[in-house]
Amino acid sequence: MTAGVDGGIGTLVRRELQLVWAERSGGAIALIFFVIVASLFPFAVGPEPQVLARIAAGIVWVSALLACLLSLERLFQPDAEDGTLEQLVVSGQSLEAVAIAKMITHWLTTALPLVLLTPVTAAMLGAPFEVWGTLLLGLLLGTPALSSIGAVAAALTVGVRRGGVLISLLVLPLAVPTLIFGVGVADPLAGGSALKWLGVTTLLALAVGPFAAAAGLRVAME
Amino acid sequence: MFAAFATGLYYALVASPIDYLQRDTVRIMYVHVPAAWMALGSYTTIAIASLVSIVWRHPLADVCAKAAAPIGAVFTAVCLVTGSLWGKPTWGTWWQWDARMTSVLVLLFIYLGYMALWSAFDDRQRAARAAAILALVGAINLPIIKFSVDWWNTLHQPASVFRSGGPTIHPDMLTPLLIMALAYMLFFVTTLLMRMRAELASQRLEIAAERRAMALEGVQ
Repeated sequence: MTAGVDGGIGTLVRRELQLVWAERSGGAIALIFFVIVASLFPFAVGPEPQVLARIAAGIVWVSALLACLLSLERLFQPDAEDGTLEQLVVSGQSLEAVAIAKMITHWLTTALPLVLLTPVTAAMLGAPFEVWGTLLLGLLLGTPALSSIGAVAAALTVGVRRGGVLISLLVLPLAVPTLIFGVGVADPLAGGSALKWLGVTTLLALAVGPFAAAAGLRVAME
Repeated sequence: MFAAFATGLYYALVASPIDYLQRDTVRIMYVHVPAAWMALGSYTTIAIASLVSIVWRHPLADVCAKAAAPIGAVFTAVCLVTGSLWGKPTWGTWWQWDARMTSVLVLLFIYLGYMALWSAFDDRQRAARAAAILALVGAINLPIIKFSVDWWNTLHQPASVFRSGGPTIHPDMLTPLLIMALAYMLFFVTTLLMRMRAELASQRLEIAAERRAMALEGVQ
């Protein structure tokens, strides 16, 4: 593999997308999970439309956060197991580029479908039509941070038994700011400042994530 | 350490004046506030040790970070429990979703995740490196979490000791508070050193066991 101007990221992403497409039934599970979790809340808190409309944005966000966790365990694990990671390093590929490619793929294949499916869950929960736009905006802006934090946790837990549970334990506390500001964007009163801060947290997560994930991968390959 | 605890507790429980609003429950403060300080102090210790471990690869830094984590988690838990006990008589609820309690709760989660990562690996070296990276990521995230939670909800009283213009707390209460803080810090250092010694001893035991196993293999 030759590293071009983008450090080979484009090629890596294309490879990842092909792999995900080859096992596309696996990707659908996260979407089904997302809808199921969102539809559990009405069972738990009752079907009153006012209550559901008030907490709809929060439900969508929590469901999306949980659904994003599902595919993280397999983010680096297969490549570490079958030696692909080592091959990439031997061929001069930087692990940072690998981490960025994984983040992009995770976002494209897990987070973006969730965002696209959000109008369905928002309608199910009876979220007022005015907040749909801001809810989607918040998710679009916030989910890259989730992919980044998730990739760090996934890289740190490569080769760990029952890594999936551990990933959740590591990701969820770190995702608190994204959740707070993301839900805040859909709040008519706080929307403006929440949007700015959500941008800040996402940018910071994207800036730190690739290096931390690459450091984690380096540890895993020693 | 014991002397500091004895003086601090005497001042805190007997000699300090009672609050005209909160009566005797104000004495919980002397246990609660230093615990909160040390919860953050322990995490700072872990973060610095992790940085040292990553930059200079000093093995003792890993031992220090690993030893500090459970102590910090206990400080955090003590802070939450005493805060809850304090909240019942003063606010009327065990738990308020206000900014500070919530960020301390998230801090406890981060401690637990950090400790879980340490114990997830069989190989000590790998565990140390992975945990160090996590500790630094957590250290970058902590101010953001604190800020986001503050933004989300501010219900707690504003900070009353460390702020420009000097402390607003009365000296009669500040003195025992500071003595208690000193006692907590000494406790932290003492237990940290004890835990580090125990950790080193267990490493030595492990190496000795490995050597014995290898020697036995050589005999056969």
